Amino acid sequence: MSSIVTRDPRTFHGGGSELPPTDGGGGDGRGGGGSPDYGQRLRRARLGLAVGITPVIMLFVSFTSAYIIRQGLPTLDEQTNKYIHDWLPVNLPWVLLLLNTIVLVISSVTMEFARRHIAREAALAPVRSIPGISLGDEESFPWLGLTVVLGLGFLFGQWMAWKELASRGFFLATSPSSSFVYLLTGTHAIHLIGGVVALLYAAATALLRKPVEARRIVVDITAWYWHFMALLWIYVFALLEFAR
Amino acid sequence: MASTHVVHAHAAPQGFIRKYIFSLDHKIIGLQYYFLALIAVFTGMFLSLLMRIHLIWPTATLPLIGEIKPETYLGLLTMHGTIMVFFVLTTAPQSGFGNYFLPIQIGAPDMAFPVLNMLSFWTTFVGFLVLIAAFFVNGGAPLHGWTGYAPLSALPNAGPGQQLGADLWIASIAIFCIASLMGALNFITTTLDLRAKGMTLMRMPLTVWAWFITAILGLLAFGVLLSAGILLLLDRNLGTSFYVPLVVVNGQVMGHKGGSPLLWQHLFWFFGHPEVYIAILPGMGVASQLISTFSRKPIFGYRAMVYAIMGIGFMGFMVWGHHMFMSGMSPYSAFAFSLMTMAIGVPSAIKTFNWLGTLWGGKIRLYTPMLFAIGFVSLFVSGGLSGPFLAQPVLDIPLHDTYFVVGHFHLIMGVAAIFGIFAATYYWFPKMFGRKMNETLGRIHFFVTLAGTYAIFMPMHYLGMAGQTRRYSQFTEVAYQTKLVPLQTFMTYAAFVTIAVQFVFLFNLFWSMKKGEKAGDNPWEATTLEWTTATPPPHDNFGGRTPVVNHGPYEYSVPGAARDYTMQTDPATAPAH
Repeated sequence: MSSIVTRDPRTFHGGGSELPPTDGGGGDGRGGGGSPDYGQRLRRARLGLAVGITPVIMLFVSFTSAYIIRQGLPTLDEQTNKYIHDWLPVNLPWVLLLLNTIVLVISSVTMEFARRHIAREAALAPVRSIPGISLGDEESFPWLGLTVVLGLGFLFGQWMAWKELASRGFFLATSPSSSFVYLLTGTHAIHLIGGVVALLYAAATALLRKPVEARRIVVDITAWYWHFMALLWIYVFALLEFAR
Repeated sequence: MASTHVVHAHAAPQGFIRKYIFSLDHKIIGLQYYFLALIAVFTGMFLSLLMRIHLIWPTATLPLIGEIKPETYLGLLTMHGTIMVFFVLTTAPQSGFGNYFLPIQIGAPDMAFPVLNMLSFWTTFVGFLVLIAAFFVNGGAPLHGWTGYAPLSALPNAGPGQQLGADLWIASIAIFCIASLMGALNFITTTLDLRAKGMTLMRMPLTVWAWFITAILGLLAFGVLLSAGILLLLDRNLGTSFYVPLVVVNGQVMGHKGGSPLLWQHLFWFFGHPEVYIAILPGMGVASQLISTFSRKPIFGYRAMVYAIMGIGFMGFMVWGHHMFMSGMSPYSAFAFSLMTMAIGVPSAIKTFNWLGTLWGGKIRLYTPMLFAIGFVSLFVSGGLSGPFLAQPVLDIPLHDTYFVVGHFHLIMGVAAIFGIFAATYYWFPKMFGRKMNETLGRIHFFVTLAGTYAIFMPMHYLGMAGQTRRYSQFTEVAYQTKLVPLQTFMTYAAFVTIAVQFVFLFNLFWSMKKGEKAGDNPWEATTLEWTTATPPPHDNFGGRTPVVNHGPYEYSVPGAARDYTMQTDPATAPAH
């Protein structure tokens, strides 16, 4: 993977990034003054993302511990006045969910292509700006667009899975187990919607003709966030399927 | 990329709104947080005064408020705790002073993500408004205390304040969580990525260490509180049963079944105990900074201090169960939590001894900020000593639901952290506003507040041992508690005096902004980076320069040096150590 190396003194000016908005992303309104050092900004944005996904992990750790504890917890039965185990395992529509998983994993791959593509473009930008140099037209497949479509497809598939559960009589408040199924999948879906918004923002920056290096930062951290979302989904799916 | 990098200041915004309201400047945002906390602390203090009046004169009708009914008292209790813990103790020392001084002390022009920083403040502000709104909705403020124990907090028909008021309370907490997570993200990235040349980790001032570790605690803890809040909202509004077991309210069987109230307590205290350290660690950082500066001595055991902060932060995540000895717990778990809790005494004692070691033999300058720093140590010790009592299940069971606990956490988490805020205010005021605060008023404020807070909170330990239960709105008619009325009356009078003297502070704060004695760039002859720049600092903190750090943060009275302090940016003449 190529990247830009600048050996100029660090200015620290105009630092900042465009993080995915889930759990608080943000841009930097001050980019203008000093000329921005993109290598530095990319590193800072990646660090910010790594820190920013920590509370998301904590959120799911917390839900997981509640899930495991609740499973083993005896509850008082009002008819017999005895402690019983009332955990009712939910049979997931696993074929549909497996299909969704495949869609999300493919979207992660297309996202990776988009990330590598724009990294290459950013690296070649200075060469391209030299008059008289032509690198030829590179194929520019709309990887970002494809990722958005696949992401929306995954969300639609999740919607179908919830409808399927509801048709079998499992609603949010039906039983502790069904509450947890909706809670875990729903929280993941909300975070994924944040990723989709970030992708749309990345597409918007392309239309706004921002410098390719700036767009590269947006795409790069959105890609890492997207990969995290795919991993998180595999975790949630495995937890619900194997620890029910 | 052949780019020419020019180091120059980005233009400061001109319009009033961009400059003071939706500012991206960490210094303005820090002040915004500070003044939000100031409004919150006076609100919270007013509520506590109402509670103290009601305890002594239970039938008194107050102007504006009217008669205080038992549920009004519980509403006051909830709001006092929530406002103080979240919007004062978490907001002022970390988000307020941390925002203003962390970037300057590490030599950065701003936070890593300025827009996120602005969002974080305004989210906190919205959270505060939502919380205050709970007073004015139908039913009033919630009754469940700042800990919000289920099932009381999870059932809308459990009491008058448990309807919309409780929903607003949970919403406010959730909003605050998100704001704090954004803030923590910024603090951590800034500390790791924006340090000036030469500012190695072991050259960071202890204030920066404290803010950094506090941010890590916040990052790990607030996500868990957010998850707990989401589950509570689902239980209240969508009929799930995470926290609510089969329960009968007013003869009516609720639709819930099989939830566990203990689950809320575990999730809440997993956040709640680190929250205690979120409130106190910045104060520890400030105390270290000030005691070293005003003793004209290097801090005793700098590395030990850093490792003690880390140790306290790490162990703070493994002791939450000691809040739940009364809730039913396996004796083996209780033993583990108890042992772990008492082990936190070790890093705490390291810090205390190092502060005393720094004071020992120093050329102490007793300015007001130093007085408050020493007051912090005093309160930290007196509040901390009752900790090992409560850490033991056998002692906690009789003491837990009494005033003993109230006295304990008010001294160590409440007043000690507030003293940290006062110390920081008096210390950094000259840098923030270019003038010193009045010393005479400052001394009056310090001595009356110190004596007053001890007079309020020390007797609570005796009340607790005498068996007086906490959270009860009326006790004067209870036979075995009537003998305690004189002591409670004394505490209420002490509260009147202590609160009155806070207005001296408020007057001093605003009067000194305009009329205080003018201060130079380094009025305390301190060493850290904020004292190397102009007063108040320019928009990019260092006026286009980027500082280069050659020294540790506390090089006072270095043998052979011309002055008794060596600034961090002074040329490296002495052999590096």
